[in-house]
Amino acid sequence: MALLELKDISTFYGNIQALKGISISVDEGEIVTLIGANGAGKTTTLMSICGITPIRGGAIFLNGKEISKMSPNKIVQMGVSQVPEGRRIFPQLTVSENLDMGAFLRSDKEGIKRDIEEVFSIFPRLAERRNQLGGTLSGGEQQMLAVSRALMANPHLLLLDEPSLGLAPLVVQNIFEVIQKINKERKTTVLLVEQNANMALKIANKGYVLQNGLIKMSDTAERLLENEEVRKAYLGL
Amino acid sequence: MKTRSLLTDIGRSLLNALWFMILLFPLMVMKVNVTMGVAKVDFRWGNLPLVGIAAFVLSFVWKIALDWNERRGGKAQSNSGFGAAKARLSEYFAKPAIRKSSILALMAFAIAYPFLFGMYHTNVMITAFIYVILGLGLNIVVGLGGLLNLGYAAFFGVGAYTYGLMWKYVGPSFVSAGINTGWLFWISLPLAGIVATLFGVLLSLPVLRLRGDYLAIITLAFGEIFRMVMQNSSDITGGATGISLIPRPWFFNQKLPPIKAATYIYFIAFVLVIITIFVVRRIEDSKVGRALEAMREDEIACQAMGVNLVKNKLITFALGAFWAGMAGVLMAAQTTYINPDSFTLWESIIILMAVVIGGTGSIPGVIGGAILLKLLPEYFRALAQYRMLIYGIAMILVIIFKPDGLIPRRRKQYTFERKEAAK
Ligand SMILES: Nc1ncnc2c1ncn2[C@@H]1O[C@H](COP(=O)(O)OP(=O)(O)O)[C@@H](O)[C@H]1O
Ligand SMILES: [Mg+2]
Repeated sequence: MALLELKDISTFYGNIQALKGISISVDEGEIVTLIGANGAGKTTTLMSICGITPIRGGAIFLNGKEISKMSPNKIVQMGVSQVPEGRRIFPQLTVSENLDMGAFLRSDKEGIKRDIEEVFSIFPRLAERRNQLGGTLSGGEQQMLAVSRALMANPHLLLLDEPSLGLAPLVVQNIFEVIQKINKERKTTVLLVEQNANMALKIANKGYVLQNGLIKMSDTAERLLENEEVRKAYLGL
Repeated sequence: MKTRSLLTDIGRSLLNALWFMILLFPLMVMKVNVTMGVAKVDFRWGNLPLVGIAAFVLSFVWKIALDWNERRGGKAQSNSGFGAAKARLSEYFAKPAIRKSSILALMAFAIAYPFLFGMYHTNVMITAFIYVILGLGLNIVVGLGGLLNLGYAAFFGVGAYTYGLMWKYVGPSFVSAGINTGWLFWISLPLAGIVATLFGVLLSLPVLRLRGDYLAIITLAFGEIFRMVMQNSSDITGGATGISLIPRPWFFNQKLPPIKAATYIYFIAFVLVIITIFVVRRIEDSKVGRALEAMREDEIACQAMGVNLVKNKLITFALGAFWAGMAGVLMAAQTTYINPDSFTLWESIIILMAVVIGGTGSIPGVIGGAILLKLLPEYFRALAQYRMLIYGIAMILVIIFKPDGLIPRRRKQYTFERKEAAK
């Protein structure tokens, strides 16, 4: 049984249909990537999983349990955590307070403390800046904070929305290494949305190509990397 | 170049004035008089130039001020002697020992106040305290939760009317049963808090999905509806004449003469202020407070963290309303008389101004703002007529020059120091 299963979901913004019936399945322990051009519906897919933009058709299952009609906080409680597009850190809260917000639903003080130490060891730059306001961090540091904040929820399934957006190549490299590390060491399943298809496919097990609210292709990451169409359209080769 | 920009400023201001004259025409100039069932429209043409001139002056001042602010910002923050002195002063007050002793001195002064100054000043200070409680309560909603509430005076009214109605309907049975009516105050105080909280929850239900302008309009409407209901249900609430002869709290079993009662209410208000400060600080430092603050910054990110927005907004409104309800009881007890006119939109706006001018989100700021806004008109009676105008200008100036208020919120704002990292 897949950890996450989207079955033919459709999502609307008013009358505009952003997702036109897509199905995705993510197995436990995998890194799955969802690639596609701007406006394809990638962000909407993640927001639908989290219940922030509720779906109008289809169903979403987490561990075999239907979560389509649950409120966002219930879904987070079930172990789904998101690094939203554009990072969306809290600019007026300090780095530590941002991390506390990530652990909002947890009450195990010891565990939270341990996890804070852990994310600080993953991103030492954040440890140095723990009392600095989130809004004063650089773009790369904000992304690190957004990832760390999501990790503070101790998620089973981590959703990442274009973590490489607007970052210098070196920082992107670092973030992707961390994603891989989290997946390996914490056994966190990852659903990674990217426009940077090349890098995403390199670390993923499986990929889906989204176009205009529809899944156009899905295959193992290696085969997608070699696929002519994908290479032309998304890898710029 | 300079004169041209001045001319365009004047031109724009004239245009604004014209707009205001047109927009406010139905409100300021036309007045419908109903005499013997016939409606007649009176045109008060005299008001028109006043509106025009006021709008022109305000708009012009606004432009000049904006301009000035921009130029000031352009110049790199020149650290004049004044700035340095201020920095040294705040450093001085940051020392815990000095902080503690100055707070103690302030407390001692507040305790001695009613004995040093007479009943008049004590009463003025009670009103100021009531506004401090109101300001701190509204600050939970506006400062912490980032939700604009223009109907806050209604909760204040709910509290006052809870006490008033208790007096009117439960009071007589107290008297006939021979129970001391002074107890009514102590029963009403928590009761009013609870009733106001319920109203807060009630109001929050329709506004849960709203933000910004819509929220402002709905809360404004709520405030007005409350006032009108109080005004029009004369059978129950006494209508426009209100409820009078509301008892002041008794000191145990003893009815106090007005002077002593004022002192007594002063201390009750003082203790309530302290409790409010204490609780509000606890809320700020709590998980809920943090979530409220985060909600103000980014609702979507909050949802992704598992924050229940609906519950959060409900809590915000309810907490804010609770304090207003208690403040209402104090107010009813102090004046011994309530009517709907005490809970108008202006009241809501004054409380909001206290928060904004003092410093949104800053506890000392809100306290300062509330005391300032309540004391100044008392001691500058001559200017009382222009109170709203002065407040308005003050608010505009504060928003332009000190957007965080006179005593801004002090956040733990350490910046990264390279030295430390090197260690
Ligand atoms: N809040 C919104 N209101 C209306 N339409 C939206 C909104 N957000 C996204 N859309 C539309 O939905 C489609 C998918 O958007 P999105 O999921 O953001 O794409 P992607 O993340 O792949 O760039 C786009 O056509 C976009 O215009
Ligand atoms: Mg997107």
